[in-house]
Amino acid sequence: MTRTLFRGLRRRARRLPSPVPLGTVRAEARALRVRLGGRTVLADVNLRVAAGEVVALVGPNGAGKSTLLAALAQDLPAESGEVRIDGRPADEWSAGELALRRAVLPQSARLSFPFAVEEVVRMGRAPWAGTPAEDEDDPAVREAMATAEVAGFASRPFAELSGGERARVALARVLAQRTPLLLLDEPTAALDLRHQELVLRVCRERAAAGAAVVVVLHDLGLAGAHADRVAVLHEGRIAADGPPGRVYAPELLSRVYSQPVEVIDHPRTGEPLVLPRRDGRDFAS
Amino acid sequence: MTTTVEETVPRAAPRARPAVPVLLGSAMAVALAVLCLLSAGLGAYDIPVGDVLGSLLHRAGLGGAALDRVGESVLWNVRLPRVALALLVGASLGCAGALTQGVFGNPLAEPGVIGISSGAAVGAVASISLGLSLFGTWTVTVCAFVGGLVTVALVYALSRSGGRTEVVTLILTGIAVNAFAGALIGLCVFVADNAQITQITFWQLGSLAQATWPKVLAVLPCALAGLAIAPWYARKLDLLALGERPARHLGVDVERLRMVLVLVVALLTAAAVAVAGIITFVGLLVPHLLRMAAGPGHRFLVPGSALGGALVLVAADLAARTAAQPAELPLGVLTALFGSPFFFWLLRRSRRSQGGWA
Repeated sequence: MTRTLFRGLRRRARRLPSPVPLGTVRAEARALRVRLGGRTVLADVNLRVAAGEVVALVGPNGAGKSTLLAALAQDLPAESGEVRIDGRPADEWSAGELALRRAVLPQSARLSFPFAVEEVVRMGRAPWAGTPAEDEDDPAVREAMATAEVAGFASRPFAELSGGERARVALARVLAQRTPLLLLDEPTAALDLRHQELVLRVCRERAAAGAAVVVVLHDLGLAGAHADRVAVLHEGRIAADGPPGRVYAPELLSRVYSQPVEVIDHPRTGEPLVLPRRDGRDFAS
Repeated sequence: MTTTVEETVPRAAPRARPAVPVLLGSAMAVALAVLCLLSAGLGAYDIPVGDVLGSLLHRAGLGGAALDRVGESVLWNVRLPRVALALLVGASLGCAGALTQGVFGNPLAEPGVIGISSGAAVGAVASISLGLSLFGTWTVTVCAFVGGLVTVALVYALSRSGGRTEVVTLILTGIAVNAFAGALIGLCVFVADNAQITQITFWQLGSLAQATWPKVLAVLPCALAGLAIAPWYARKLDLLALGERPARHLGVDVERLRMVLVLVVALLTAAAVAVAGIITFVGLLVPHLLRMAAGPGHRFLVPGSALGGALVLVAADLAARTAAQPAELPLGVLTALFGSPFFFWLLRRSRRSQGGWA
């Protein structure tokens, strides 16, 4: 009794996120500039992510993909410009209110104590404690674990899992948070072919259900096949931003990656495939 | 049969787990009550447990009967303050251990190991040797609190890099802080007179021998405040296990959490150190055993460690009083005797699981 009362008092000020029509901007970077260790890692970045779309951030190593994601997640302060979440400057939201609006998947998942997989996934529900959505905790955890295919080892300690399994548990935790904005930093890095597809399929499903999804990817093929828009980062700036079919121009990608590439259309589906230009080996013989 | 088990286990197992904490918690509470009664009865002047109960009930106005004059005096002026002090100190140490490990995200963190106890000891020793009496009976406690607070803040700032605490950095920082605190204590002893030196020496060995009700009162506010605040932060400590950024992504105000808990750790450590000197390893051992038995969830671990710490300390104090009668073993010596090998085993284990320190 007193506990719920106390919780009610403490949480009273939090505003819950409300559903918005598809196409409403959920996250936005305006003329964003970020400095890290005396070096400008992002400059003049403008990016809008709307409900219902999957936006992939691609680019060579060190181009600023993860920095941009961290800035959107409010992990890094902007030197100038601003990040807006749900139409409001991100630093005006409290940590608790932000946690109801966006979930973040970090590049590597670690854990200080030997929690079981289900307990880790359940941590994703923590922001909702004391709100009406608390009742959804159990179904949300179950659904997230089924989606990320981790239900089979729900009671095993996190520390005993392989890298790929850990990555999926971390994804399940993020999905269980059920936020309208998902920020995923290289969610496919540790995964096999099947689970890479699974993750991107999940992104599409969440977008179809009204979420805005930002995902950092290395694989241009995955980005081209699943994202509505691809933002190409180059030396801390956005070099191109648009549907994959338009952004995947050989000249642009060759320049950005300092590697000659060619773009061909998939013979069956027509999706753009990006391949490094290689001197011909004769595969026919 | 097997199929039903397989179907239910993955989903039901973590949900069914709360049974373990409940059982373990009740078992510890019962054991603690029994030990307290035993500890109040046993000693140079034996009082049967039934009579202890009778006298307790009598004073509470619930029937029972008073003891004879000597018995009543031994029980109420010697034994019970000592039991109460052991309870407070043990609970504070256990709880402080669980919190420290949670805040540092490191199972080897413990107020004694990383130097917080030494810092609190510097405050306490300084107040004795300088003959301070600013806050009456609370002087030693307040000084221990200030010393502990400065140290825990220092250790935290020094041993973290990139949002996490490496084991090596933490232990080495602990060594440095302990050495520095040792030097400061040495300085204090140097300026103290003979009577003060005797007082400091006995206090440093870690003993509850001079327990009195005023001493209980002197640490009660510190210990109770710490013990009352700590459980509120249990769920956030769980999230902190994911790392600082993920915890913030889940709505934890990490900076505030850290500041509050550092304050609570300093309160609890000061409460323990001010009366009982440096008693090491209780805060290391208890949370560890509980984590093995009931999982790492802090909602059980934090209050459970307080309970377990009280249990260990009441038992250790009983042993210290009765094992070598009529002489009395110093309590801190006893806990270190059993705690150090455990710490060593723990070091070996975490080294193995990490594949070395580098």
